[in-house]
Amino acid sequence: MSEAAPAPARAPLSDQVMIDMQGVHKWYGAFHVLKDINLTVHKGERIVICGPSGSGKSTTIRCINHLEEYQRGQIVVDGQALTNDVKQIERIRREVGMVFQHFNLFPHLTVLENCTLAPIWVRKLPRQEAEEIAMRYLKRVKIPEQAGKYPGQLSGGQQQRVAIARSLCMNPKIMLFDEPTSALDPEMIKEVLDTMVALAEDGMTMLCVTHEMGFAKTIAHRVIFMDGGEIIEQNSPQEFFSNPRSDRTKLFLSQILRH
Amino acid sequence: MAEPHVPHPDLPPPASAVGALGWLRRNLFSSPLNIALTALALYLLVTLIPPLLRWALLDATWSGEDRAACRVNSGACWTFIRVHFDQFLYGFYPEAQRWRVNAVVLFLIFGAVPLFLRSVPDSLKLRWGLGLLLAFPVVAFLLLRGGLGLPVVDTSSWGGLLLTLVIAGVGMTAALPLGVLLALGRRSDMPAIQTLCVTFIEFWRGVPLITVLFMSSVMLPLFLPAGMNFDKLLRALIGVTLFQAAYMAEVVRGGLQAIPKGQIEAAAALGLGYWKSMLLIVLPQALKLVIPGIVNTFIALFKDTSLVLIIGLFDLMNIVHNATTNPEWLGFSTEGYVFAAAVYWLFCFGMSRYSQKLEKRLHTGHKR
Ligand SMILES: Nc1ncnc2c1ncn2[C@@H]1O[C@H](COP(=O)(O)OP(=O)(O)O)[C@@H](O)[C@H]1O
Ligand SMILES: [Mg+2]
Repeated sequence: MSEAAPAPARAPLSDQVMIDMQGVHKWYGAFHVLKDINLTVHKGERIVICGPSGSGKSTTIRCINHLEEYQRGQIVVDGQALTNDVKQIERIRREVGMVFQHFNLFPHLTVLENCTLAPIWVRKLPRQEAEEIAMRYLKRVKIPEQAGKYPGQLSGGQQQRVAIARSLCMNPKIMLFDEPTSALDPEMIKEVLDTMVALAEDGMTMLCVTHEMGFAKTIAHRVIFMDGGEIIEQNSPQEFFSNPRSDRTKLFLSQILRH
Repeated sequence: MAEPHVPHPDLPPPASAVGALGWLRRNLFSSPLNIALTALALYLLVTLIPPLLRWALLDATWSGEDRAACRVNSGACWTFIRVHFDQFLYGFYPEAQRWRVNAVVLFLIFGAVPLFLRSVPDSLKLRWGLGLLLAFPVVAFLLLRGGLGLPVVDTSSWGGLLLTLVIAGVGMTAALPLGVLLALGRRSDMPAIQTLCVTFIEFWRGVPLITVLFMSSVMLPLFLPAGMNFDKLLRALIGVTLFQAAYMAEVVRGGLQAIPKGQIEAAAALGLGYWKSMLLIVLPQALKLVIPGIVNTFIALFKDTSLVLIIGLFDLMNIVHNATTNPEWLGFSTEGYVFAAAVYWLFCFGMSRYSQKLEKRLHTGHKR
C-alpha cells in the first residue's frame, strides 16, 4: 500500500483522553466474550486492533458507541460516561463515527441523501448546509460525481468510501472502523485505505479493526492484539511486529504475514 | 513479445430464438403437451367467446325505461343497470345533494394529481400527500355528512359504490398505519408492548370478519350504556379497520424482518433515535418490500366490504342485490351481479396495476 507516502507524524500526542474503557466485561448469555478490557485512547491517537476471528474485536469497538451493552466496568467517551440513558447514548453517538465491514449504506437513499440524513435529522442542519458539507466530504473521498446515484449502483470500494464520508458529515471526534476492507475485492482495498490514511493525516482519533498490517505499520500509534476476549498485547507497531512478546501474538503474526 | 488479444465479436442470436416465430415455438408449441394445451385453449375460446359476446353485446338491450323493453332481445338487459345506475353509485343519498359526493370525488382526483406527476419532486410529493391525507377526510366528512350550513345526510342513507369506497378508503388509510404500529410493537424489546400487540393481532386474525361485523352491530350495543348509540357505519368502519390492521401488521412484520440488522446499526451509529431510524431507514425499505402483500390486503379488504350487507348497510353489492329483488325488475340478477363484479374487478385490477408501477419506480438498483 502507500509505503511511498510519508508516515503521518505520530508524536507528540495530546494528553486529552477521548476514550477510556475501564475493566469492561461482557457476556452473551453465559458466554464471557469480553474479559477485563482496559483501553485509553488519546485525542488524535490511531489504534489498530487485530486478532483471530471471534476474539472480541468487533464487540470491543461496538461497546464504545453502545451498539453492544456491557455488564461490568465503565466507558467514558469524550468526557461523557456511557450509561444506559438513551439520550446520553445518542449524544455520544453523534461524536463517534462508525464504518462497518459491509458498508451498511441505506439502499433506498442516494449517496448524497445517505450523507445528509443524519446532519439534517440529528444535527438539525438546514438541508442546503448539509448538502454543502456532504459534497465537501464526497470530494474528499474522491467520488463527488456519484452523489446522485444509489448505493446499489456503486462498486464495493466506492460504497465504503461513501460510508466513510457519511460518518464524517457528522463531524465526529472519533472514528471506529470494523474491518472496513474485509468485504472488498483486492483492487478496491487500496482506495479505501488511502482514504483512511488521509483521514489519519488530518489528526482524526481512530480505532481500526483490520488485518492490513501495512496500514498498521504506516499510521498506527499503537497496535492491540486480542484473543479470547482479552487484550493480550499492545505496543507500538515497530515493537509489535519485530518483537512480539506473547506466543499467541507470534503465532497470529506468523499466520497472517505468511500470505 | 506478447501477442495482442483480438476480442471475439458480438454475434446476433440464432433466428429461432427471436421474432414472432421464435416466440410461438417457445411458448405455444415447444412440446407435445404444450401443443395439446394450446389446442385445448383454442377450443375453449372458440366455444365460449361467441355466445358470451352475443349475450353481452350483440343481443343485449340498452334502451327503454322498464323491463318490457327487454322482452324483445334474448341477450342481457343493460336497461336494468342504466335505470338503477345512480342508485348503484349513491345509494339512497338524496338526489338534490348528490353533487356533494361528486365534489368529494373531484377534490380527491384533483388533489391527487400532483402525486402522479413525474415532474413533481419526491420530497414535495411526500409533503403534499401527507397534507392531502389530513385534509381529505375532514373535507370528505363535512361534505358527505353535512353541517356548516349543508343539510345533514344521515349515514343510513349512504349507499352503493359511495359506501363501498368510504368503507374501503377508511379501512385502508387507517389499517396501514395501525398495522405498522402493531408490527413495530410486536418486535419491540418491551415485553408489555409486545404481549399487547401479539394478543391484539392473534385475536383479530382468529375471528371471521362476519363475526366482527355481527358483534359490532348486534352485541356491542348490549355492552354500551343505554342511550349511547353510535352510528352503525362507524361501528362497521372500526370493525373492518381493526380486522384488517391485524393482517396488515403481519404483512409489515414480514418486511421488517427482511431488513438487515446492519441498517438499524448504521442508523443508530449516526445518532438516530428509534422513531427516526424506523421512519427514515427501516420502514421505507420494509414497506417497499411488502408492497405486493399490502396491496393484496387492500384488495381483500375492498372485496370484504361487501360483507356489510349482513348488518344492513347498502354497499354496492347489497344495493345491486336489493334492486334485483324489486318486483318490477325480477329476473335480472345475472346482469346485476355481472355489473357488480365488473366494478369490483375494475378497482382491484387498478390497485394491482398501480402497485406494480410503484414497485418498479421505487426500485433503486440491486442490493448487496
Ligand atoms: N449476538 C451474539 N450472540 C452470541 N454470541 C455472539 C454474538 N455476537 C458475537 N458473538 C460471539 O462473540 C465472540 C466475539 O465476536 P466478535 O467481537 O464479533 O469477534 P471478532 O470481531 O473479533 O471476530 C465470537 O465468539 C462470537 O461468536
Ligand atoms: Mg468482527
